[in-house]
Amino acid sequence: MNQLRRTFLKSTGAAGTVALAVAAGLLKPGQVLAAEWNKSAFEAKNIADAMKGVNAAGAAKSADILIKAPEIAENGAVVPVEVTSKIAATSDIVIFVDENVNPMIADFTFSNGAEGYVSTRIKMAKTSNVTVVVKAGGKSYMASKEVKVTIGGCGG
Amino acid sequence: MAEPMKIRAQMQGDTADIKVLMNHIMETGLRKDAKTGQPIPAHHIQSVNVTVGGKVVLDAQWGYAVAKNPFLGFKVKGAKAGDKVVINWVDNKGDKRTDEAAIS
Repeated sequence: MNQLRRTFLKSTGAAGTVALAVAAGLLKPGQVLAAEWNKSAFEAKNIADAMKGVNAAGAAKSADILIKAPEIAENGAVVPVEVTSKIAATSDIVIFVDENVNPMIADFTFSNGAEGYVSTRIKMAKTSNVTVVVKAGGKSYMASKEVKVTIGGCGG
Repeated sequence: MAEPMKIRAQMQGDTADIKVLMNHIMETGLRKDAKTGQPIPAHHIQSVNVTVGGKVVLDAQWGYAVAKNPFLGFKVKGAKAGDKVVINWVDNKGDKRTDEAAIS
């Protein structure tokens, strides 16, 4: 695929519109997430852009985010990951795999008593940091844990 | 139409521990067909919505790399035994599935 064209589309298309809407105060970031699939963040090709896509650029490192994942994953197609946030009023947990083609994996938004905890299984292309962003009270926090992968799980 | 989800929801103290197993191929769009060499189009769940007792507790958006036949575990404080858990998912092709279970 024509890389230049993709980049052009990405920078002028969905990302631009959403960013504009956010900037103009028409939409709060949370509402964008709830209403529509966050295409720009999910399609970002690196962790920095993906974090920007969820308004979490410059998130502070936190020791209150616990990531439970294997040290070594034999099969990258199924890597169990469990995230617990001890940060009060955690509203979102976002999971990234830094080295995946599309680093952003999933965004979980909690409400009405749901705790800052999620357990799931993800795909990892190769050995990488698993980065977790937690949003609480309008601030973003992050933590990372390295998982070594022996067989990648994203094909290609 | 997709296969039903498996849902297990149990009270542990004052918190409901909910575990869900969905049936979905979760194709990333990055793999190529071994025979033709053509890329296999992405086909994955994009959004998951969970209500307990009629209130939204979890809204999730998923990208390309949640593992096949996704597993989802979460905890809801203040839920009660007997509360109805309703889980919805929608994928990028518009397929959807809704299943429910009661907390035990």
